[in-house]
Amino acid sequence: MSGENILQVTDVSKTFGGVQALLKVSFSVQQGEVFGIIGPNGSGKTTLINCITGFIKMNSGKVLYKDKDISNMAPNQIANLGLTRTFQIMRPYYSLPAYKNLIVPLFSPRARKKGGWRGGGKLGDRGTVSIDILEEIGFERDSFVPYKLASSLPTGYLKRLELARCLALGPDLILCDEVFSGLSMSEIASMVPLIEKLQMDGITLVMIEHRLRELFRVASRVMVLNFGEKLTEGIPEVVMADERVKEAYLGSEKLLDYTFEA
Amino acid sequence: MNLVTQERRKERLDRGIKVRTEGIYAVSSWQEVSYLVLPRLILIVGLLLLPFLMPSLYWNRVISIVGIYALLALGFDFLAHYVGLVSLGGSLFIGVGGYIAAILNKSFGLSPLFTIPIATLSGAIICTLLLLPALPLRGVYFAIVTLMYPLVLFRIIEALNILGGTDGILGVASFPNTWVEQYLILSIIILALFGLRRLVNEDIGLVFRGVKDNDQAVRASGLSITLYKAIAVFITSALGCLGGAYFVHIYMVAGISLFALDYSVIPIAATVIGGGGTLVGPLLGCFILVPISELLRAFGTLRIVFYSVILLAFIMFRSEGIMVYAQRKYHQFERWVKV
Repeated sequence: MSGENILQVTDVSKTFGGVQALLKVSFSVQQGEVFGIIGPNGSGKTTLINCITGFIKMNSGKVLYKDKDISNMAPNQIANLGLTRTFQIMRPYYSLPAYKNLIVPLFSPRARKKGGWRGGGKLGDRGTVSIDILEEIGFERDSFVPYKLASSLPTGYLKRLELARCLALGPDLILCDEVFSGLSMSEIASMVPLIEKLQMDGITLVMIEHRLRELFRVASRVMVLNFGEKLTEGIPEVVMADERVKEAYLGSEKLLDYTFEA
Repeated sequence: MNLVTQERRKERLDRGIKVRTEGIYAVSSWQEVSYLVLPRLILIVGLLLLPFLMPSLYWNRVISIVGIYALLALGFDFLAHYVGLVSLGGSLFIGVGGYIAAILNKSFGLSPLFTIPIATLSGAIICTLLLLPALPLRGVYFAIVTLMYPLVLFRIIEALNILGGTDGILGVASFPNTWVEQYLILSIIILALFGLRRLVNEDIGLVFRGVKDNDQAVRASGLSITLYKAIAVFITSALGCLGGAYFVHIYMVAGISLFALDYSVIPIAATVIGGGGTLVGPLLGCFILVPISELLRAFGTLRIVFYSVILLAFIMFRSEGIMVYAQRKYHQFERWVKV
């Protein structure tokens, strides 16, 4: 299954006015792997995801998804191809209950093709399907949580809801923009198995992350961005040993006080 | 002694019966059933009895006008609170629908039975196409564009002297009698009210509400926001065009006064008074505002002053709107608790 490129990004550049947010970034992601993107604040990680998923028009470059050119397609068209993303700043529909949040993606052309007009095929309507997805992602089915308004949910659940929105589309590739940020250690600990489960289900993941320890538990390869440029790419141990990476993270080559455990 | 100065706050709790009637248990007893059905029944029966309660010809006509404003207000509330587009296009919808119905009736000799549905659909299509370029805009920018169109069409008809120019299209067919006239509009607003209430809780309605809450997330969910905004604008303009077509048939004339700003502004005032986001509120708001404005005719030119004072009082003291207040009182009980 692995070995085939599901996503190929070539020379993506983006400027905001005079700021060079991305400069000729290239990388490829293989089918079934977990690919990490790390880098200091402002290094262009989120901009890269925005460019790939069509939320921002890139200045130059090319994005191939399953050998199909998706550069500068509309975000909703890209999502319908199975390339989904989460937002770093969660974007739930605050006035809707959690499970009704998922009815929106379940209404998309991609999900409707699978689920029929009721949404769930033989399983029932869209409400049933969304409760199933929420249970899978860690909302207890028998509790009140899936029925509460999204505005009353804590961050941990909102992060899960972001992932659930991607899952509702039946994705092949999820770009996760900092799913661990803002979570407590115990919440992160319960998210990691979830990521592993998604990978076992055959979903390819690209994860932007600042929580390196947890990222390296799941990621097979990581790429480091700094000031919009790609520094290096490779397996986590090698990348973190790189002097340039230490410099980028700490501003000097004094020392990287990071104890690596893998 | 210091009980008076002690901090206290008002606690609001849902009534037990409200919670019980949310699920399938609503049908468990007559008490629960009537808790749900009575408010709706009172509204429907009240609306249907109006022509009997106000039998004079003058007040019959007022009911018809209120119905038109109610359609516009329903559309405004739907678009503003469930899709996130603030529309000042009431007069555009009325004008387009009205002129289409008048032309169909005068030039093609169609009866109101046909002109009203055709004008509703084709008018809604025209209005949606006109507003299509503005759909990516949000907030006040969209409102400005919707306000511009009626003014532009008004001037075009006046300057080019087309469609009857300033005289308008005279001699449009009327309804057979006032009973048909009134029950048509009353049944339409009841259908529109309950239809919209159902729609916003259907799956497609959730998409509309998603567009209002977070349009970027809707795009990330694989749905085109422009498409769903266009559908919503179509629904709203269909309601408005229906009102416009109905209007020309009761007044038997289609003139440039169809593009009057009243049709854009009064629905908003009615929404503020009735309570935005409730759908039924704007409808009741129209049934309060328009008759008040008629009653104030006794004051002659001072009418608008009294009207403004009433509006101001509502906004100052009940800015949440009548229906939001009433629903809260109906569903919840309040008590003071010490902090």
